[in-house]
Amino acid sequence: MIQRAPNYLLYLNVLVIATCGLIYELLAGTLASYLLGDSVTQFSLVIGVYLSALGVGSWLSRYVEQRVARTFIEIEIALALLGGLSAPLLFVAFAQITWFRIALFGSVFAIGTLVGLELPLLMRILREHLDFRELVARVLTFDYIGALLASVLFPVLLVPSLGLVRTSLLFGMLNAAVGVWGTYLLRPLLSTRGLGALRGRGFLVIGLLVVAFIKADTLTDWTEEVILENPIVYSKQSEFQRIVVTQRQGDFQLHLNGHLQFNSKDEYRYHESLVHPAMTMADTAERVLVLGGGDGLAVREILRYPGVESVTLVDLDPAMTQLASEFPPLATLNEHALSDPRVTVMNRDAFVWAGEGESQFDVAVIDFPDPGSYSVGKLYTTRFFQLLRRRLTSSAVVSVQCTSPLVAPKSYWCIIHTMQQAGFDVRPYQAAVPSFGVWGFALAGMQPLESDRDGSFLIRNPLPEGLHFLDAKTTVAMFDLPADLARVETNVNRLNDQVLVRYYEQEWGAW
Amino acid sequence: MVSGEPDRPSTQRTTRMTRRELLAYLAGVPLSGLVGCGSHAGSSFDGELLNPAFSIPHRLRDGWRPPPSKLPPQKHRVVIIGGGIAGLSAAWQLQRRGIEDYVVLELGDQPGGTSLSGERSGFRFPWGAHYVPAPMKENEPLVQLFQEMGVVVGQRDDGEPEFAEQALCREPEERVFFRGRWIEGLYPHVGANEDDLRQLERFREVMRDWATRRDETGRRMFAIPMSSASDGDAVRKLDTISMDAWMNSQGFDSPRLRWLVDYACRDDYGLTLDQTSAWAGVFYFASRLQPGSDHSQPVMTWPEGNGRIVRHLAERCGQRIHCRHAVTEVRDRGGAGVLVRAVDAGSSTTVEFVGDEVIFAAPQFLAPHVIDDWQTSGRRLTSFRYGGWVVANVFLKARPQESGSEMCWDNVIFDSRSLGYVTATHQTGRDHGATVLTWYQPMTDDDPRVSRAELMRLSWRDWADVVVADLSKAHGDIGGLIERIDVMRWGHAMIQPRVGFVWGGQREAASESLGRIHFAATDLSGVALMEEAFDRGVRAADRCFGGAVG
Ligand SMILES: Cc1cc2nc3c(=O)[nH]c(=O)nc-3n(C[C@H](O)[C@H](O)[C@H](O)COP(=O)(O)OP(=O)(O)OC[C@H]3O[C@@H](n4cnc5c(N)ncnc54)[C@H](O)[C@@H]3O)c2cc1C
Repeated sequence: MIQRAPNYLLYLNVLVIATCGLIYELLAGTLASYLLGDSVTQFSLVIGVYLSALGVGSWLSRYVEQRVARTFIEIEIALALLGGLSAPLLFVAFAQITWFRIALFGSVFAIGTLVGLELPLLMRILREHLDFRELVARVLTFDYIGALLASVLFPVLLVPSLGLVRTSLLFGMLNAAVGVWGTYLLRPLLSTRGLGALRGRGFLVIGLLVVAFIKADTLTDWTEEVILENPIVYSKQSEFQRIVVTQRQGDFQLHLNGHLQFNSKDEYRYHESLVHPAMTMADTAERVLVLGGGDGLAVREILRYPGVESVTLVDLDPAMTQLASEFPPLATLNEHALSDPRVTVMNRDAFVWAGEGESQFDVAVIDFPDPGSYSVGKLYTTRFFQLLRRRLTSSAVVSVQCTSPLVAPKSYWCIIHTMQQAGFDVRPYQAAVPSFGVWGFALAGMQPLESDRDGSFLIRNPLPEGLHFLDAKTTVAMFDLPADLARVETNVNRLNDQVLVRYYEQEWGAW
Repeated sequence: MVSGEPDRPSTQRTTRMTRRELLAYLAGVPLSGLVGCGSHAGSSFDGELLNPAFSIPHRLRDGWRPPPSKLPPQKHRVVIIGGGIAGLSAAWQLQRRGIEDYVVLELGDQPGGTSLSGERSGFRFPWGAHYVPAPMKENEPLVQLFQEMGVVVGQRDDGEPEFAEQALCREPEERVFFRGRWIEGLYPHVGANEDDLRQLERFREVMRDWATRRDETGRRMFAIPMSSASDGDAVRKLDTISMDAWMNSQGFDSPRLRWLVDYACRDDYGLTLDQTSAWAGVFYFASRLQPGSDHSQPVMTWPEGNGRIVRHLAERCGQRIHCRHAVTEVRDRGGAGVLVRAVDAGSSTTVEFVGDEVIFAAPQFLAPHVIDDWQTSGRRLTSFRYGGWVVANVFLKARPQESGSEMCWDNVIFDSRSLGYVTATHQTGRDHGATVLTWYQPMTDDDPRVSRAELMRLSWRDWADVVVADLSKAHGDIGGLIERIDVMRWGHAMIQPRVGFVWGGQREAASESLGRIHFAATDLSGVALMEEAFDRGVRAADRCFGGAVG
């Protein structure tokens, strides 16, 4: 008889149910703000939808007339499946942005409705066996304790140690366990017919969630694949960033923290444009510096010049430079540039490196990631460019990748203006790289850069053999900016006022 | 399901606490929150408990007097007592005005006082003062000091100094951990309603007004140094009520705004809103605004905090600084000059100095114990009260996980008794890997049950527990990243601008010279700030030339 089940077991049920319910809601809110940003809006929408769904569920409970206990167990199992899989499914759904909101609020609503059904049904089951006053008091108390538990555990313990996907799966399992346990606890209220199948389904769901829990790591790969659109052939979380290589029909792509760095299909356009204008402009190009560019592709271009005596590559992440020299497709693509005896690799933060050493360079090629964070933004400040000047010979030439002048004109011109402020003579130029679109660069000289008599770009030294994109004419043409890339007014990017990071966020956020 | 309005931990306690209760109270966590870090199981780190060198002054206060000196006194034009910012600034000014014949007698192993800094495993970090707001052009001597340090690099068109980019605090400057996530800036705007935001805007307006207004004599109502600002009735009146009462009288009841102002008071004065004089509360905000402007002066900071300024000043003094010299007696001998007696802690011998003039740049509360004629001077120091601080330097082998936010220079935990931490590597540009976090907690208690003595008795382990529990609120994974925690307990660290202190009379009287003994140190301004210590030092030096008494 159900009376014989100790009361605390029933309340434990309530506690678990309440905790699970709130966890699903928190998961949805957190995911939504991770993926869509603007956490205030996302959280309030999620909370709003969830609360109204609770109401709908409670109201629907009146239509459950018979087999209350069975329905309750069914709901637990359904909730386990839906709630448990909510985070992984939403991760996948994110790849389809337009669908994501529908999937998000749909699942929040469905979960809310099921949770809303739970307590009324459970109270009805227990009503016959307990004093009503006592029942309401206890059930609601445990409901609120469960909510408290969830809201404390979620940020403090669950997210930091399990992550969103595993948290979701774990609470799905708990929910399913309540269902399966219910088949024993409420046994007197259940008809024997179909009981085995009910239990079987409960265990099946638990099994499914356990497997997913164990495989959660590959699952994130899998969801990442969906987001990155191509199969993943390599992925690693280094100390500094997430490195992922994807592959498609013989081409491969490198992504850092989800941002495409290059596509092997057209990276030559980008790297030739980045490297050769500076190399052909420099008086001498014996000692060459590469900042960022741990993929070794800029180094490959530099090594085409026989006059190069040494190349120093400074890249933050040893995992990246190691990949460039050891991961076969990439090492092949960069023609084993990082194993060349002329090349020295230093895994340092370029900002710190620039301020510490004394050695000087004839040419510097700067290939940092886009300034999407302050820790990268500092590498585009007047201070950084001043530190860099200390490391350059008096006639040195520098080239810099500067994000897209079409998508982010303010960001682009901010970099140009910042370099000018630091004392460089700067020439903006651009090239089309299909994987990226129109891409912007800057060529900068310690001394005023020489022009052709008609003011156009002057090729002072011949281009090397073996280029796929640039010839003399194309090189000159890159410096001719079309009207839609015209200069815009911006502030200068300084360490204490990193306007560039804000421009970049605005412009790419709106894209 | 949505948490309630922000509330800072209550300072109300009624019963005597056990040690564990005290720790939980200090860490601002429930008792159970200390579980796990109490043992530091698994994460084995060590560290030290440090104290500023104060044993001799304590013995002096208790009536001890050292043996007489065996050597004849050394004669100098000026003898400076105390090698904190005030004493070093006095030396700087003397030298600028042509006096090379001076000595600085400093109790500690190294100069700096409450602007002390440390160095370990390739890191520099502050032990006390860590920033200075960039001075405005009116503060000429300070602008000159910074010019000398290469921090001021030019002049803007409006005459304001131009600062070297690398000395200004790098972005991202500050963030607050609020309701489970970091928010950029200090104001917890998440969930703020219209009224909150309106009050914030009105508060800014009021401060802008205070920053712009001038008194009948043309002085700003609030400016740094405070000696250059108004001492008229309008500002004196503010000193008669608490910041809490002032905010009430102005209708500022937004919990967020009150938290922000309370935080500011704890940060700069080690006092809560209700303990702070409204003069000091308004001073904090208004004195850093350019008249008519909305923007606070930018903040200057270095990895070792104001230790960088100490280093510069101390280098200029060179051999004239005598560390580990505790001054025990100052006696004006009329025509024979002022005798200064000190104990050399190294050799435990007494050394005597004679100065034409003496600058007393140690905290005022020591004056009665050291200066012979003090008792007959009729001065009183009963309203001078000093607060205790605890500062911990936490060495991490790697950064804690961050989601969607980058570690800032100043990282504040909303729901905490501590002030959070500053990142010592921030200004170096090292954004990855090992770092040092400097964690601050003022002792804001009025309650005698949490006595200074009790706090001083807590062990290194106790403090380490408090620090870890507090940091864990925002960084769940920090326990496993800590390699070392050193803890400094400052007993009488900071003058407290409580209600009535700044314009109560005692402070002004204490600032006057006693014959040829001139007083410096930041407590004479009523607020503990680098610029105030500097101003007091410079003006005390000026008094050594006669005449120029400000
Ligand atoms: C934790 C903490 C954080 C702070 N943060 C900031 C900040 O960020 N920005 C800011 O502007 N201010 C800050 N301050 C305020 C700081 O106190 C002032 O900036 C300034 O350093 C005060 O200098 P001072 O010379 O007046 O006093 P002190 O620093 O107290 O110097 C007095 C000196 O006198 C010496 N002395 C004492 N007695 C004797 C004796 N008998 N014989 C010889 N020498 C003696 C002491 O050892 C000490 O070196 C902070 C203070 C603390 C405690």
